[in-house]
Amino acid sequence: MLEIQGIHAFYGLSHVLFDVSLRVGEGEVVCLLGRNGAGKTTTLRSIMGIVPPRQGHVWFRGEEITHLPPHRVVQKGIWYVPDDRRIFPDLTVRENLEIAERPGRRGLWDRERVYELFPVLKSKERQKGGTLSGGEQKMLAIARALVGNPDLLLLDEPLEGLAPQLIRAILEQIQEMKRLGLTVLLAEQNVHAALQVADRVYVIDDGRIRFHGTVEELRAQEGIRRKYLLV
Amino acid sequence: MVLGFLASQLLVGLSRAMILFIVSAGLTFVLGVLRVPNVFHGSLYMIGAFSAFSIATQLGHHPASVWVAFLTAPLVVALIGLAVERTLLTRLYQREHLMLILFTFGVTLVLNDLVKLAWGADYRSILPPPVLQGSAVLMGVPVPRYNLFLLAVGPLVALGMWLFTHRTRIGKLARAAAVDREMVALLGIDVNHVFAGAFLVGAYLAGLGGALVAPSTSITLGMDHTILIEAFLIVTTGGLGNIWGALLGALLFGLTQSLGVLIWPQFAIVFPYLATASVLLVRPRGLLRSVW
Ligand SMILES: Nc1ncnc2c1ncn2[C@@H]1O[C@H](COP(=O)(O)OP(=O)(O)OP(=O)(O)O)[C@@H](O)[C@H]1O
Ligand SMILES: [Mg+2]
Repeated sequence: MLEIQGIHAFYGLSHVLFDVSLRVGEGEVVCLLGRNGAGKTTTLRSIMGIVPPRQGHVWFRGEEITHLPPHRVVQKGIWYVPDDRRIFPDLTVRENLEIAERPGRRGLWDRERVYELFPVLKSKERQKGGTLSGGEQKMLAIARALVGNPDLLLLDEPLEGLAPQLIRAILEQIQEMKRLGLTVLLAEQNVHAALQVADRVYVIDDGRIRFHGTVEELRAQEGIRRKYLLV
Repeated sequence: MVLGFLASQLLVGLSRAMILFIVSAGLTFVLGVLRVPNVFHGSLYMIGAFSAFSIATQLGHHPASVWVAFLTAPLVVALIGLAVERTLLTRLYQREHLMLILFTFGVTLVLNDLVKLAWGADYRSILPPPVLQGSAVLMGVPVPRYNLFLLAVGPLVALGMWLFTHRTRIGKLARAAAVDREMVALLGIDVNHVFAGAFLVGAYLAGLGGALVAPSTSITLGMDHTILIEAFLIVTTGGLGNIWGALLGALLFGLTQSLGVLIWPQFAIVFPYLATASVLLVRPRGLLRSVW
């Protein structure tokens, strides 16, 4: 579904991604693991066209999207949930969802449906986005992408800073999304949690892909885990 | 007698404040959403007044002619604004504010020359619609009907802006883009469309202010300068990008201007500037929350 071929990305003069390639198949949950500064966010931003790669290609459903502006990438069906949430603080919870709502190919998700996933959002529907707690904003950010009815969802550290209970809840929701046919690319540092939902894993470090394989293969590779993931 | 004079000055101040509010609301909206300090906002106001004059005089003595001018002149101005935004301004959003100020100032020069070509340097005037001519007597004091009309229009515009920004999709997107335009793009929305819509609304308000002021003033080249300075002051006192702030700022400005006449007639002009300066000394970011 998504295919990245040898991309190089830069912030100004600093070279951040080196020849990154990865593939996400339809219906898969793929994890991009790596520690702080490894290049996870940059990879996702490159896919979205926020940091367009200077070399290499990004393909989605057989179509090249490498140089599309972000809003066109989203229109193709790829939605991105940034790690810093980026909730619109002056808009209510409901308005945050309303402006993102889009029937999409599947038309599976709407406001009512995401309120079922995250009941706390329903109860705070009329509250300003800026008044939600960090965890609630994380849920709203995921909900906001879901009502856009993505085909592929890019989640950037959705578990960061959440209580164990909430981590479990979000992992369950990811599994539920997968069951409903959504494809997910999940960037995480929380290896233990991420491996519970992942089908396949890529490990990135210093802007380079260091490993890819199944969860079992990663579990068997003690050295990779020690060297790049500190676990 | 003294009380009557006070009441009539109050009314003059309030109705002036309504015009100031309408124009400033447009300026502050564009400033908030697009982050563009639009220096040719005053020119759009002037074009609104001249267009209203032309439309009303073309239609002649028909009782509805001025009403038609009120409805159509702002639309003409909105389209002129949109044309400038789509062709030129849209290329400059990534640039620093100084560029935007210089560019919009350049547009001012061009528009003002065009106004001179189209309407000449003469003073023009139109009468209010027939039903709004003359005075009504309120509690024993004669008050111009047209001022009462302006008093009603101001709150309607405020309500309209509220409905636009809270009840329409493009309005909500404009509020979102004011804070985080990149995130709006990440919802699959072409931010340029939102900007075009917001600029259209801003220009419309400038034109509406110009059309509404036309029957109560002489329409002339140069009327853009004063309003521009006043509107920028009001927008700054209110809090950049805040429409309710623009309303407060306009009331402060209009009322101190008209009531200053009672206190010190020769220097009435300084009161609103003193008032806004004192507000900014105490609250440098303006009365209400700025989106900047
Ligand atoms: N806006 C930027 N300008 C310059 N350099 C940046 C910028 N953003 C990130 N970098 C650099 O790029 C590298 C990769 O950063 P990136 O944000 O992709 O890492 P990450 O894996 O998402 O880390 P984290 O887990 O901390 O979010 C880092 O060395 C970082 O310092
Ligand atoms: Mg990151």
